[in-house]
Amino acid sequence: MSGRKPIRWHIAVFLAPAVLVYTAIMIVPLFGTLNLSLFNQTPERTKEFVGLANFGTLFGDPRWSDAFWNALGNNAWFFVVHMLVQNPIGILLAALLSSPRLRMAAFYRTAIFIPTILSFVIVGFVWKLILSPIWGIAPGMLDVVGLKSLFAPWLGKEDYALTTLALVSVWQFVGIPMMLIYAALLNIPDEVLEAAEMDGITGTSQFWKIKLPLILPSIGIISILTFVGNFNAFDLIYVAQGALAGPDFSTDILGTFLYRTFFGFQLQLGDPHMGATIATAMFGIILVGVCIYLFGIQTRLRRYQF
Amino acid sequence: MTTRTLRIALLTSTLLAGAAQAQDVTLTIESWRNDDLTIWQDTIIPAFEAQNPGIKVVFAPSAPAEYNAVLNSKLDAGSAGDLITCRPFDASLELYNKGKLADLTSLGAMANFSPVAKSAWQTDDGAATFCVPMASVIHGFIYNADAFGALGIEVPKTEAEFFAALDKIKADGTYIPMAMGTNDQWEAATMGYNNIGPNYWKGEEGRLALIKGEQRLTDPQWVAPFTQLARWKDYLGDGFEAQTYPDSQNLFTLGRAAIYPAGSWEISGFNAQAGFKMGAFPPPVAAAGDTCYISDHTDIALGLNAASPNADQAKVFLEWVGSPEFATLYANALPGFFSLNSTPVEMADPLAKEFVSWRDTCQSTIRSTYQILSRGTPNLENETWNASANVIKGTETPEAAAERLQAGLASWFAPQQ
Repeated sequence: MSGRKPIRWHIAVFLAPAVLVYTAIMIVPLFGTLNLSLFNQTPERTKEFVGLANFGTLFGDPRWSDAFWNALGNNAWFFVVHMLVQNPIGILLAALLSSPRLRMAAFYRTAIFIPTILSFVIVGFVWKLILSPIWGIAPGMLDVVGLKSLFAPWLGKEDYALTTLALVSVWQFVGIPMMLIYAALLNIPDEVLEAAEMDGITGTSQFWKIKLPLILPSIGIISILTFVGNFNAFDLIYVAQGALAGPDFSTDILGTFLYRTFFGFQLQLGDPHMGATIATAMFGIILVGVCIYLFGIQTRLRRYQF
Repeated sequence: MTTRTLRIALLTSTLLAGAAQAQDVTLTIESWRNDDLTIWQDTIIPAFEAQNPGIKVVFAPSAPAEYNAVLNSKLDAGSAGDLITCRPFDASLELYNKGKLADLTSLGAMANFSPVAKSAWQTDDGAATFCVPMASVIHGFIYNADAFGALGIEVPKTEAEFFAALDKIKADGTYIPMAMGTNDQWEAATMGYNNIGPNYWKGEEGRLALIKGEQRLTDPQWVAPFTQLARWKDYLGDGFEAQTYPDSQNLFTLGRAAIYPAGSWEISGFNAQAGFKMGAFPPPVAAAGDTCYISDHTDIALGLNAASPNADQAKVFLEWVGSPEFATLYANALPGFFSLNSTPVEMADPLAKEFVSWRDTCQSTIRSTYQILSRGTPNLENETWNASANVIKGTETPEAAAERLQAGLASWFAPQQ
C-alpha cells in the first residue's frame, strides 16, 4: 500500500449544487451589502470608498442615530411582546391540544394555525378595518359588553400603536410555536409519562416537572426563530402604517427604517449606501443575538435521549 | 387524447398571439394614478390608438405611496415602461441627471406650454425640459352644499367665518364638521399645511424668500398655518388619529361630514360617489378683502424612459400628450386635473370650474416644500408630514414643530444657515 488515499471527488460533486445555490443567493448578496455600506456617492455621482464613515454618520449624527435607536428600541419591544405573549400562549395551546381528553383537537389546531398562512397584506388590512374607529367592529363589540369607554383609536395613538401591531402579529403567528411544541409533546414517550404517574406526578405538576424540561430545546428554537423573525420584520408595519411608520415614528422598526432609507419615500430619494449601512447593522444585531443563544444558552440545555 | 388537443390548441394560440403582437409596438406607461386606470383605458388610450394605428399603449400604474421606490428600482433594473409619469421637481430631475429620462426640449409640443408650466420638469438653469407637463392640482375645501343649506351656513370667506361655520356644524351634531385623519400623515401636510399656508406666507413671495434664505420657517407667517391646524383638532371626527385617507373620502361622500380639505384631484371620485350637491371654497383669508393665495401645484407630467427601445413611437405619443386635443380630453375626463396647456380648455364640470375660477381672483403658488427645499436629508416635505400630523393631534406645539423643521432644513441647506 502506498498510503495515498484517492481523492474523494464525489463529496465535492454532491456538495456543489447546494454550495453554488447558497453562495449565489445568500453569501454574494450579503457581502455585496457589506461592501455597499463602505462606499458613498459623491456629488459627481461616482462611488467613493469612505471606510466606516457611514457607520459614523449612523451612530454619530443625532438625526440618524435618534431614528436608529428609536427603531431598535421599538424592535426590542416588538420582540418582548412576542416572547411574553406569543410563546407562552403557544405552549399553553399545545399543552391543551395534546390532552387526550380534548375533543375536536384537529379542528382547533387547524383554526389556530390558519392565520399563519394568510398574507401580511390581508392581516394588516383586516385588522385595520376591525380596529377602525369609523367602520370597525371593535367599538361596537366593546359597546355590547358595556366597555365602549375602553375603546381608543389604538393604531393612531403613539402609546398604543406598536403594542397593538405586535399583538396582531402574535395573533397571526401563534400557530407556529403551538405546532412546534405540540410536535415535541407528542414525541415524549408514554413510558416516561406512565413512570411519572406511577410516582404520583399527574396533571399540572406533570407538565411542569416532566414535560416542560423535555420540550425546553424546542422552546429555545422557537425563541431564536422569533428573534430573527422580529428583527427582520417589516411587512405588517408597512401594510398597516405605511413607510413613515406613524404615528410620529412610534411603530418604526429596523425594517421600515431600512426601507425608507434604501428606497426613499415620497420626495426623499433613496440612499443605497446608508441603506446598506443600516442593513449591516441589522445583520450585526441578529448575528450577536443568535451567537448569544448558540453559545450561551443552547450548549447548556440538557437533552434527553429516549 | 384530450390533453394533447388542448396542448396543441394552447401552443397555436400562443404562436398566433405572438405573431399578431409583432406588428404593433406596445408602449407601457408607468404611473402612480391607479385611480385613473379606467379613464386611460376607456377614453384616452382609444382616442390615441384610433389616430395612430400600429402603436398600442398600456397604462400600468402602481400604488401612489410606492411609486417612486418602485420606479427607481425598475429603472435601475432596466424593466421600466417606455413612458414615465413624472413627479414634479427633484424626483424627476434626479432621474434626468442620472440619465434615466430622455431630454425632450426639442419636442414640438413644448411650444404649447408656458415657462411656469415647464418649471417643475426643467434643469435648474431651464436649459433642458425632460417631461411634457400634463396637469396641475388646486387646493381648497369641498363642502356638502346640502348640509350647508340645511344648517343655514354661508360659504366662509374669512378665517373667523370659517371657524364660526365649523362651530355651528359641531353644535348641530348631524355632521362631522371636517373629514380628515392623521393616520396617513400626508393629508395633514398637503391638504392642511400647504392648503391654508399660502395665505400667510403670501404665496410665491414667501416661498421664494425661503429658498433665498430671507425668511425662516420659524417666522410668524410660517408658524401661523400650524397654529390654525392645531385648532382643527376639535372639528375632526372621533378617532381621527387612526382615520386613513380613504376613510376621510368615504366619510365625506357618504354625507357624514360637512367639509373636506381637498385637492382638486378628488373631484371625479367625489362626483361618482357623493349623492348630494357639492361646492368648493378657497382657503379663507385672515380679513375680508385680503388678497387670497391658492396652491396651484404643477403635479403631473409625462417623460420618456431614456432606455426605451420604442423611443420614436413614444415621442409620437408625447407630441399628442402636448396637444390641445389631449388637454381637452384629459381635463374633461379627469375634472380636477387642470391642463397646463397654453390653449384655454373648456370644462363642463361645475366643481372643476369653481376651482379653476380662483386662478382669476387669487394669486397662484406651488407647494412650498417641493422645489429645492426637499433635496437633502432630513427631507423637508417628509418632515412636514410628520410635523403637521403631530400639530393636529396636539402632541407637538406649532412653535416646536416649526423650530424642528427649521433646524432640519438648516442642517443641510446653505442659504438657511
